[in-house]
Amino acid sequence: MSESTKAMNSQGRPSRPQLVEDTASNDVGLPSFSGHKGLVFDEPLIFEMGREGRTGVDLPEVPKVESRLGSVAKRQGIGLPGLSEPQVVRHYTRLSQKNYAIDTGFYPLGSCTMKHNPRLNEKMARMPGLGDLHPLQPVSTVQGALDMIALLAYWLKQLTGMATVALSPAAGAHGELCGMMAIKAALEARGEADKRKRVLVPESAHGTNPATAASLGFVVDPIPAAEDGKVDLATVVEKLGDDVAGIMLTNPNTCGLFERDIKAIADAIHEAGGYFYCDGANFNAIVGRVRPADLGVDAMHINLHKTFSTPHGGGGPGSGPVVLSEALAPYAPLPHVADGDTGVVLVENKSDVDATGTEFGRMKAFHGQMGMFIRALAYMLSHGADGLWDASGDAVLNANYVRARLEDVMTVSYPGICMHEALFDERFLKGTGVSTLDFAKAMIDQGCHPMTMYFPLVVHGAMLIEPTESEAKETMDEFVGMMRGLAQAAKSGEGDAFAAAPLHTPRRRMDETQAARKPVLRWKPEVPPAVAAE
Amino acid sequence: MRYLPHTPEDRREMLRVVGVDTVEDLFTDVPDNARLEGPIEGLSYKMGEYEVESVFQAFATRNTRPARVTPCFIGAGAYWHHVPSSVDHIIQRGEFLTSYTPYQPEVSQGTLQYLFEFQTQVALLTGMDVANASMYDGSTATAEAVLMANRVTRRSKAIIAGNLHPHYRDVVETQARLTGIEVELLEPAAGDEAALTAEIDNTISCVVVQNPDFFGEVRDLTALAERCHENGALLVVVVTEVVSLGLMTPPGEMGADIVVCEGQSIGVPLNFGGPYVGLFACRDKYVRQMPGRLAGETVDADGNRGWVLTLSTREQHIRREKATSNICTNSGLCALAFSVHLSLLGEVGMTQLAEVNHAKAVQLADALASVEGVEVVNTGFFNEFTVKLPVAAAPVVEWLAENKILGGLPISRLLPQQGEMENLLLVAATERVTDDHIKHFTNALGTAIAADGAANAA
Repeated sequence: MSESTKAMNSQGRPSRPQLVEDTASNDVGLPSFSGHKGLVFDEPLIFEMGREGRTGVDLPEVPKVESRLGSVAKRQGIGLPGLSEPQVVRHYTRLSQKNYAIDTGFYPLGSCTMKHNPRLNEKMARMPGLGDLHPLQPVSTVQGALDMIALLAYWLKQLTGMATVALSPAAGAHGELCGMMAIKAALEARGEADKRKRVLVPESAHGTNPATAASLGFVVDPIPAAEDGKVDLATVVEKLGDDVAGIMLTNPNTCGLFERDIKAIADAIHEAGGYFYCDGANFNAIVGRVRPADLGVDAMHINLHKTFSTPHGGGGPGSGPVVLSEALAPYAPLPHVADGDTGVVLVENKSDVDATGTEFGRMKAFHGQMGMFIRALAYMLSHGADGLWDASGDAVLNANYVRARLEDVMTVSYPGICMHEALFDERFLKGTGVSTLDFAKAMIDQGCHPMTMYFPLVVHGAMLIEPTESEAKETMDEFVGMMRGLAQAAKSGEGDAFAAAPLHTPRRRMDETQAARKPVLRWKPEVPPAVAAE
Repeated sequence: MRYLPHTPEDRREMLRVVGVDTVEDLFTDVPDNARLEGPIEGLSYKMGEYEVESVFQAFATRNTRPARVTPCFIGAGAYWHHVPSSVDHIIQRGEFLTSYTPYQPEVSQGTLQYLFEFQTQVALLTGMDVANASMYDGSTATAEAVLMANRVTRRSKAIIAGNLHPHYRDVVETQARLTGIEVELLEPAAGDEAALTAEIDNTISCVVVQNPDFFGEVRDLTALAERCHENGALLVVVVTEVVSLGLMTPPGEMGADIVVCEGQSIGVPLNFGGPYVGLFACRDKYVRQMPGRLAGETVDADGNRGWVLTLSTREQHIRREKATSNICTNSGLCALAFSVHLSLLGEVGMTQLAEVNHAKAVQLADALASVEGVEVVNTGFFNEFTVKLPVAAAPVVEWLAENKILGGLPISRLLPQQGEMENLLLVAATERVTDDHIKHFTNALGTAIAADGAANAA
């Protein structure tokens, strides 16, 4: 077997470009000119590129001064590669081309809400005088910024009907922590923190809910899902007692359904002396149409990225403001913005509030995710109260449209009207040898990002589809056609093709077991064999 | 509404397929008395792009922005650095900006590869074995480090040095109190190492110390690390000015077990405090107790190298109430900005950037010390230091702001209870600071102090 054959993979393509240098004849040979096939690049790591001494920035000359670093000024080499600006731009541009994104196609991830990210929001967040302020400038020099924060708070309070809003949480899960901290602080103030240790969490909840409750020392008491995918009022009432701190309920829930008994559940919790935490991840389904305060909610986080279109950015940053009821408002964390004699003031320290202050503390340095606040407010102002009414309506209409057009070929988990996402499961694949995972990977070959899989946990092989309000009917019709085609292919015995998918991606199915068993979490320079042997 | 695609005909046809008459019929599960009949009152109605721009323009014009004409000498955990143009260009590419957490690795290799590169860069900078794929910011990462030290050592008391950023200290204190962890918070001070060392015994989980510290002081932590290790405790080192790692001995070489940093200085604009990017690195043996996301290398079905999210059995979506933390998201896009900027800098650029920052700060310190009555408190510093004024610092900073200089942070703003700190001013210099800025600041500070003295005399 020749050297070049060894380097071929099962598709007959070179697995990595192999540089063959023949200094005698001055030939430089590669299996192909660039090692690439069309637009499928094989892009090395930055650490495998570059030249020592090269840089992609021009900096001022270093003024000649005597060092004040003392004994700590002894940095050895860091080990960073040297690249020019064009090399860096090309590297990251090529990497970007290996990503699926909402800008490149339909992204029906349930519970994640992948909707259009308007570029106006990006422009506003970068506006000189907003995106470039230092968080600790004198308050007199940031009156416009504080007013903007106050306007965002006003919108969030109006849309939820709640008494106050804590803006500093950095993400949805951080918002959950904030809301549950407020509940714990309120229980402490009542002298019941040691007694009320149990938090009710439905089995269908996001994993962040039990993790949040447990991290604050609460005991998580799971509520099984009822036959209809909802939380059963009688089950909740049975679990209530004077040791219950509260309930964490997602509404609309993760099965894509509105909890019809929500007010009765809230009343029962309140009567038992507990608080009602609402996971607001799915607020986009009802924004502008239902106010959480009218449902009896005490605390709810709002994922600005989901409901108000700030981009997900490959995993963040997010922003998770928390709205609080009258009962919990006194316990909101610092900092907050208030009206003062000479303009807007920033209440940032315990000493800024009077001696009776009950704020539970601080969640994060500085004032919150200002960049995300601007994007979210730009989205709110663009829609207006009237546009938000239409947006939540279209989000729910789109999910029901997809459900109605797929329920004869796929198995819908809970029949009837759904909210902004439609839940299917693997029953329609029974006997085909095709799993939910295989089905999802086959969708990728059709050019579509898969829906959310295996969540919620309450149905087997869950497939949670959320079109969002920004998708046009034509896009959904194409999607429906593709899904129907795949469902029929699976049922007609083409299981092997599903198992092999995806075929048309930069990488095929990844060996996740190897990644976890033998974790390689960073690049390391190759050690020459002689050194390694020592 | 420009973002909503449906025509009235689309909606009618879709409602027909669904089998209802109106959109309102889809909301019948909502209790009658909670269902609104129309848009919420008291809020504005839809606006075109131009109108929205006008609203934000009005906010922006009422702020003073750090700029060439208004130099910024404020640091304290957020720094006025220059970000190369291509960084923002790259992070605004739709394939990065509008993608989700890379749960489907086959169509997310771009995100996964840059996270793997980011993890490597952070490990190299901090001198640690391994780093995660970013956290919200430096302050929340510090609180997570304390929780992690608790899990690793199975001890529940942490010691927080007095030199930790007051906001970070508050975040740790809040999280610890409500999660039932004991923390001993030493009095705010520029590192009284003897007092700190005296607290260490075999009951503590970790010592949290900042370097350069909140007051700008730099120090060798090697002896402190040894003392921690003798007692089975971890040393957590916090870095809020990550550019310092271009010139200083990295925490890993001083014996740190966990290093957390605020990464804003590289690639991320000031943003009035957020979003920022938390860096989190540790020793290999602790990786399964680490919070947050991790990208790992593996192979695909064809044997080609690729990347996936890995070790997710630590995480909330698998372990639920037994997870290492409740963190779901990271700071992906800010991590990309950090990574692109650091790739542009490279070894040469990172070192030079750190050298320029240090040199500018030395020049500034010497210039400010020449003002009558002003004293530089620090013995050693990187790009930030504390000066003691002969008068209260807060009104001086207000006066400077009126004269187009953002002249540092009065320490009393973050530590209002500490009476003797009223005259302390924390100032930082970055590569954006010019000789003219320094001259302007020095002269103005002299005038402000003289005026204040005159006011007191009157």
